[in-house]
Amino acid sequence: MADLWLQFLLTIDATLRVATPLILCAMAGIFSEKSGVIDISLEGKMLMSAFVAAAVATLTSSALAGMFAAIGVAIMLGLLHGLASITLRGNQVISGLAINILASGLTVTVGIAMFQQGGQTPNLARAERFRPIELPFAEQLGGIPIIGTIYREVISGHNILVWIALGAVLFTAFMLTRTRFGLRLRAVGEKPEALDSAGVSVARTRYLALIIAGILCGMAGAYLSTAHGSGFVREMTAGKGYIALAAMIFGKWQPRGALLACLLFGFLEAVASRLQGVELPLIGQAPVDLILALPYLLTVILLAGFVGKAMPPRAIGEPYIKER
Amino acid sequence: MSPPPPLPRWADVGLIPLINVFAALVVSGIVVAIIGENPFEAMMVMIKGAFVYKGSLGYTLYYATNFIFTGLAVAVAFHAMLFNIGGEGQAYLGGLGAGLTCLLLDSMLPAILLVPLAIMASAGFGAVWGAIPGYLQAKRGSHIVITTIMFNFLAASIMVWLLAGRLKAPGQMSPETRSFSENAELPFIHDIANALGMEMARSPLNLSFVVALLACVGVWVLIWRSRLGYAIRATGHSTKAAEYAGIPVSTIIIVTMAISGGLAGMMAINEILGVQHRTILGFTSGYGFTGIAVALMGRNHPVGIVLASLLFGALYQGGAELDFEFSTITREMVLLIQGLIILFSGGLAYMFNKPLAHLLGALLSQRDRTSHTEAGQNG
Amino acid sequence: MANGGSWSPLAIELSDINKSFGDVHANRNVSLTVVPGHIHGIIGENGAGKSTLVSILYGFYGADSGTIRINGETTTIRNSADAIGKGIGMVHQHFMLVPNFTVLENVMLGREGSLSVETGARKAREALNKLSQDFGLAVDPDMIVEDLPVGLQQRVEILKALFRGAEILILDEPTGVLTPQETEQLFDILRALRKQGVTILLITHKLKEIMAITDDVSVMRGGEMVAHLQTADTSPAELAELMVGRKVLLEVDHTPARPGAPVLDVQDLCLTDAAGIDQLKQISMTLREGEIVGIAGVSGNGQSELLDVLSGIMAPTGGHFTVGTNQITAERPSDPAELRDFGVAHVPEDRHKCGIVLPFSAAESMILGYSGGDEEDGGWWLSPSKLEESCAGRMREFDIRPPIPKLQSANFSGGNQQKIVLAREISTQPKLLLVGQPTRGVDIGAIEFIHKQLIALRNEGCAILLVSVELDEIMSLSDRILVMNNGQIVGELAREDADERALGLMMAGIGAEEKDAGSAKGAAS
Repeated sequence: MADLWLQFLLTIDATLRVATPLILCAMAGIFSEKSGVIDISLEGKMLMSAFVAAAVATLTSSALAGMFAAIGVAIMLGLLHGLASITLRGNQVISGLAINILASGLTVTVGIAMFQQGGQTPNLARAERFRPIELPFAEQLGGIPIIGTIYREVISGHNILVWIALGAVLFTAFMLTRTRFGLRLRAVGEKPEALDSAGVSVARTRYLALIIAGILCGMAGAYLSTAHGSGFVREMTAGKGYIALAAMIFGKWQPRGALLACLLFGFLEAVASRLQGVELPLIGQAPVDLILALPYLLTVILLAGFVGKAMPPRAIGEPYIKER
Repeated sequence: MSPPPPLPRWADVGLIPLINVFAALVVSGIVVAIIGENPFEAMMVMIKGAFVYKGSLGYTLYYATNFIFTGLAVAVAFHAMLFNIGGEGQAYLGGLGAGLTCLLLDSMLPAILLVPLAIMASAGFGAVWGAIPGYLQAKRGSHIVITTIMFNFLAASIMVWLLAGRLKAPGQMSPETRSFSENAELPFIHDIANALGMEMARSPLNLSFVVALLACVGVWVLIWRSRLGYAIRATGHSTKAAEYAGIPVSTIIIVTMAISGGLAGMMAINEILGVQHRTILGFTSGYGFTGIAVALMGRNHPVGIVLASLLFGALYQGGAELDFEFSTITREMVLLIQGLIILFSGGLAYMFNKPLAHLLGALLSQRDRTSHTEAGQNG
Repeated sequence: MANGGSWSPLAIELSDINKSFGDVHANRNVSLTVVPGHIHGIIGENGAGKSTLVSILYGFYGADSGTIRINGETTTIRNSADAIGKGIGMVHQHFMLVPNFTVLENVMLGREGSLSVETGARKAREALNKLSQDFGLAVDPDMIVEDLPVGLQQRVEILKALFRGAEILILDEPTGVLTPQETEQLFDILRALRKQGVTILLITHKLKEIMAITDDVSVMRGGEMVAHLQTADTSPAELAELMVGRKVLLEVDHTPARPGAPVLDVQDLCLTDAAGIDQLKQISMTLREGEIVGIAGVSGNGQSELLDVLSGIMAPTGGHFTVGTNQITAERPSDPAELRDFGVAHVPEDRHKCGIVLPFSAAESMILGYSGGDEEDGGWWLSPSKLEESCAGRMREFDIRPPIPKLQSANFSGGNQQKIVLAREISTQPKLLLVGQPTRGVDIGAIEFIHKQLIALRNEGCAILLVSVELDEIMSLSDRILVMNNGQIVGELAREDADERALGLMMAGIGAEEKDAGSAKGAAS
């Protein structure tokens, strides 16, 4: 029984670790999509910043420097996406897709040129990574049943980016509902001409949203390569950006809903990795691949309106054209 | 700045794609230079690798075959204003359709029956995988871009599950089916050429290339010479007009997505029936996404798509050559170029459009003026 | 008449404004002066350049040349923020409101006052209450805008402008979407604003409104300003002549109708839309061979929906209609393709969105709705050369210019586009022709041509249902006139009994049992 409890707690702990980049990316997605810009480039931004974080961390021996560089590069990609979809009024889906493919090619090409390790970065030393933070008395209190074990196994021992990710949810919710920027952001995604006629620049508001999204994606990338992992591996995002996108839609473009969806999807992944190779009664070999596909299936079902209706911002995907 | 005069059609169709490719190559060249290699040297290696070396043209055309199918798939959907980025998953499922047919029937049917059946199965499976997002868009209002993305991942999951499970060949470690019998093979072009007495280097180029060209003709007829194509284009340009005309918009969306998915699914015949002779994991290798670049560059027209497919075929084949010649640049360079081409011809489409329109407008009006003054002098 | 010019500067002074969109010279050397505290009307037909002019004034477009003076100061207005800064507010034809925001959020957007929404909201709420009292503009600040009736949404737009300190208020075609009662309420508000010293610029194409409320009026035609008048010194006839440029001769050679057998029979037809609003309520009517029945009404009173249902684009939710021997009900709906087979042709109200496909060639647009084809037409296939050949024939017959079947539909003028639609719909020799706004955005020459064609078709025995917002058009073409208000047919007049006054009263719903209950909804006391 105690063993099962521990197993459960470890799964929850893993859920948080797996969900962290999803949460950061989903919040990034909320910022850009609420502003009316479709953002399927979450994947590419995260991949690129994962590479840059690891590369810079290796070169400077500082995880923090790596993260700031990652944020910088994700902002640049966001601005490129903005140039295409806001200023030049191009197709936002195509622009996002281009950034994803670009990131795939660029990370490996530059990675090989820099480190000659087939696209990977060298293994990061302790100082070059974000380390777990053991909360005070975790070991001592761990003896207390239930609460103590939860404290030791689930709450303690996460790195700073996990906490930042949870903070990002509060930040996003606060920005959207309580601030002037949030009001304008929601307006520009619903009816840009209303904002324009109120004398606020549509382009400026959208660019700002993309910059914030870049910051969040940059942290997600840094988490993958310098906190969760210890170095960059080619294609290391492996569709996480798309899962975050799915989670954002599943959460109906709301911070709280997206958080819950990220945790659910993270939980599924944590469960799947625990079940790898496990024989289950009746089913036999656990269908891990199918469990991993559940986030996509659930999102399709939600989008089809079979459980509630996910309404995207009304002006999403439409470039704003003032002159006829 | 005053709005530019509309770009002449020849410039839009001919000049702009060239400028886009050029811009992509320049940016990639800068990256190569930063890495410390000579971009012109790399370019030469790619050109030689794609066209000059023995058998290289065959490889280029073999890659192009994939891109023709996926490019046509994207283009057909584009005509109905649907953005199908699910080509990857549809092609993957196409491989399942072809594979299942061959596994079941390759000991029973002769090639003349089995191959067409397998081709139909690949198109059919792809069609279903395209039609479901189409249905969800038409009847449930789910955004097709998102659903097709999700369907790519769902296809990948299903294939991993099947190929590592039920369909895995007994006693085999790698996730793939057993090899099919010879009845399921599409002949290689070099074999056909040799049989006809012509000397030809070995390459994976096979009869699928001909099927791909036939598909081009088929798509052209469908879009510009058939009533269905008329309905597809009307729906794409204006849903309201289609509704007014009594065109069943929902049905058109579903049918278009089925055709699009079917074309993407047929990409599998090149890989599965033509080259691998078994269904393997990950054989689509991102070719479905390349189809988007191909359709964008080819302006959604079969002729343009063939040309763009040749370009991308050459890039892929030439890119593979980079691995041998350089230690620091690899075939991933091609992904970079591909990303840039998509960016320039899609996302940043209007970057070159406007200045070019201004430039051409100025040039043309100047020519007009000169010809007018000449006419005036003559008169 | 005192115009105050000697002691206070003009509110607006525009001189030699030019603006082109590609080849279209939308504003040509336009000048305008507006006296502070006056209601100044600008009248002109659709496409005369009125909207472009006020968009320049509000910073939506930049003028190519010309100067703007506001309260005597020369200024440049690069964007809406500049305009707001100069005390200019605008109520757009299509509202600039975020539909899922509350009234308060909409009003404060862009003028939040502080970084925190809450602090700003408190202040905005106070200001809103004060404005409501001062001008009689009551709206519940916590209502979601999309739940408000149109009249109240417009009120929110006015409040938005006043909240931003507007001393000059521009209203672009404000009454197009309003019921007559709502229009009256709007005019009361405008009068109250004038009393408080607000300068108002009212853009409209309706003569009645100019006469009812303005102090001064400027007339635009073809991108130019053709006259500046004081309203008291002019007449509707004079204004109409100035708008059109020559005496309007809408008299068509209209012989008495000889109605034959019934073609269309409509019984208790109802339509409830997805939002649960009754768009059509128990419509009944009969159309006979060889007559034109006009439907008069303020736009938005169910005329468009009636056309949509009768043409099969929408299915009725109650009642039925019969074309020939075919009955269409909610249980057995039809579609446009089937109704065409029954002999119903349809010239849609929105030519650009429905009537033609702009990127298609003229030859392709010429078969829109008839692309289903039958066996002798080549079955599944289309032959462009055949299409172009038959298109060329129709182009000759209907004098469509330029007569180039390959030319993109978008490149034809409005009148010629409408002729393409008409040629297509008439040449099938329909039993019933549904016509919506046949001459909207069409030049005078084409109007006459189109009217003649409709009469000729009637004389050949076709039944025609004509929907138009132009009362003149209805009166000169129709044999009988039905008046729609609020989704109902509220009255019928024979051709000889119809005059503008009688129709106007019926269109306003006076005498109708059902009053517009919706307009009061959501108003806070």
